[in-house]
Amino acid sequence: MIRLENVSKVYKTSTRPALENVSVDVGKGEFVFVIGPSGSGKSTFLRLLLREEVPSRGKVFVSNFDVAKLPRRRVPRLRQTIGCVFQDFRLLTNKTVFENVAFALEVIGKPAHTIRKVVPEVLELVGLDGKADRMPRELSGGEQQRVAIARAFVNRPLMLLADEPTGNLDPDTSQDIMLLLERINRTGTTVLMATHDQSIVDSMRRRVVELDFGRVIRDDARGVYGYGH
Amino acid sequence: MRASFVFSEVSTGLRRNVTMTVAMILTTAISLIMFGVGLMVVKAVDLTKDNYLDELEVAVFLTDEISKKDTNCTAQPCASLKQDLELNPAVDTVVFRNQTEAYEVFKKAFKNEPTMLELASPQAIPASLQVRLKSPEQSGAVVKGFSERQGVSLIHDGGETVDRLVDSLRVLRNVTFVGSLVLLLAALLLIANMIQISAYTRRTEVGIMRLVGATRWYTQLPFLLEAMVAGAIGAVLAISGLLSMQVLLPSGFANQLENVVRFPGTFYTAFVISPILLLTAMLISSLVGYVTLRLYVRH
Ligand SMILES: Nc1ncnc2c1ncn2[C@@H]1O[C@H](COP(=O)(O)OP(=O)(O)O)[C@@H](O)[C@H]1O
Ligand SMILES: [Mg+2]
Repeated sequence: MIRLENVSKVYKTSTRPALENVSVDVGKGEFVFVIGPSGSGKSTFLRLLLREEVPSRGKVFVSNFDVAKLPRRRVPRLRQTIGCVFQDFRLLTNKTVFENVAFALEVIGKPAHTIRKVVPEVLELVGLDGKADRMPRELSGGEQQRVAIARAFVNRPLMLLADEPTGNLDPDTSQDIMLLLERINRTGTTVLMATHDQSIVDSMRRRVVELDFGRVIRDDARGVYGYGH
Repeated sequence: MRASFVFSEVSTGLRRNVTMTVAMILTTAISLIMFGVGLMVVKAVDLTKDNYLDELEVAVFLTDEISKKDTNCTAQPCASLKQDLELNPAVDTVVFRNQTEAYEVFKKAFKNEPTMLELASPQAIPASLQVRLKSPEQSGAVVKGFSERQGVSLIHDGGETVDRLVDSLRVLRNVTFVGSLVLLLAALLLIANMIQISAYTRRTEVGIMRLVGATRWYTQLPFLLEAMVAGAIGAVLAISGLLSMQVLLPSGFANQLENVVRFPGTFYTAFVISPILLLTAMLISSLVGYVTLRLYVRH
């Protein structure tokens, strides 16, 4: 599903590599935490999968795509197979919950009748049925992140990338979001989550890939945070 | 692509930055009006030239002596002057006009100006040979040498007047073209600026579009259409401005001019100039839009 082979990434404006000789293999339907302190390269890892960045060295494969070699016009195809969530939700403040989720389908040309059918389904899945007409500012942080997850998942991507999705949430709300990500994972969707939230990693007992200064220093099938220290 | 989606994106985009949009539309409109006036003058040059050249005659005025004595150009030197002119291959016809006939022509030309009529008498107007040419542009060459001939007092070459008139029209045309070019450049920069601002205010949307895998068409078409819609509105304003100028002016000003310069009518404006203006506006706005998007908006 996801494979990185000896990937290094050096940003033009930086001397130290953001990732150095990283090799990771993630199978279909896996749930993987990418952990490490701030600046260790977690976000870079995820951006390489999305072709937001290209590796300086090494190869990146996502499902059938050779990501680094993908011609620009085919990048949208790759991204349609990936859902994304971020710490800051990135909702459109002038659109309702329904419109925010529908937006993801509209801009890839899905027909109106499909949108009318699948958006309510996914809102129910994330536990937001009944809040379709709210504006984002009328929702709590946890609810806003649910909208973002709904938007990421509405096109039924093969994998979901989450970059510190609980970074702005209190522990209880974070737990709810984790339950939701688990539920999405159980539908067969591969989930990759970057975080430095120790308690979440510890409570989930899932595969952990730990980065430090851009290197993989640990890859545990059922890890806890901080085990390697 | 879903039309309703694109439409709503474009209309919110235009409304989001009303001042900018209005500035851009007005600049486009004014530059297009100037461009349109330039095109009208180009046409006016042609029409005026045709009009004058059709009626162009070279008048070879004869001395007082001939005017008084020789009323039908049978004596010398009038007869040989006439004959020599007729022998020139570039000359079409030569008509002798004696003082009485000349006075009639004068009365007709100034029938609305009684003071002029009072001043003139048949004796004051000389007889002339009215020369029509096969090709009016050659008037200068034909009459060359005749001004020194005996019996000739003055040669009035109508071609020179037309040349001077056409020259001043050309200056007018060049001035409007340069003016419209400068304004068009301003409009161009405003379009580019509008797109950049629009892209900035919409960066979250565009960011999400890119992440969920929208193609370049989807991310960039709204911007392009925004520029084109604004350009089209500018063109429509310019066209209605030109047409209403044309309809409203003739009551006073243009009637005076009509005797000297032939201007194209509203039909020409509506069916020749308008499409050119509209096309120019669309072409420029889409081109600038495309280039700006390439340079400033990451896909
Ligand atoms: N666009 C960028 N340009 C230059 N350097 C960057 C850029 N993005 C990240 N970096 C650098 O790369 C390293 C890894 O960053 P990042 O992947 O964001 O780490 P994390 O998400 O784990 O905090 C950091 O040293 C950071 O400063
Ligand atoms: Mg990060």
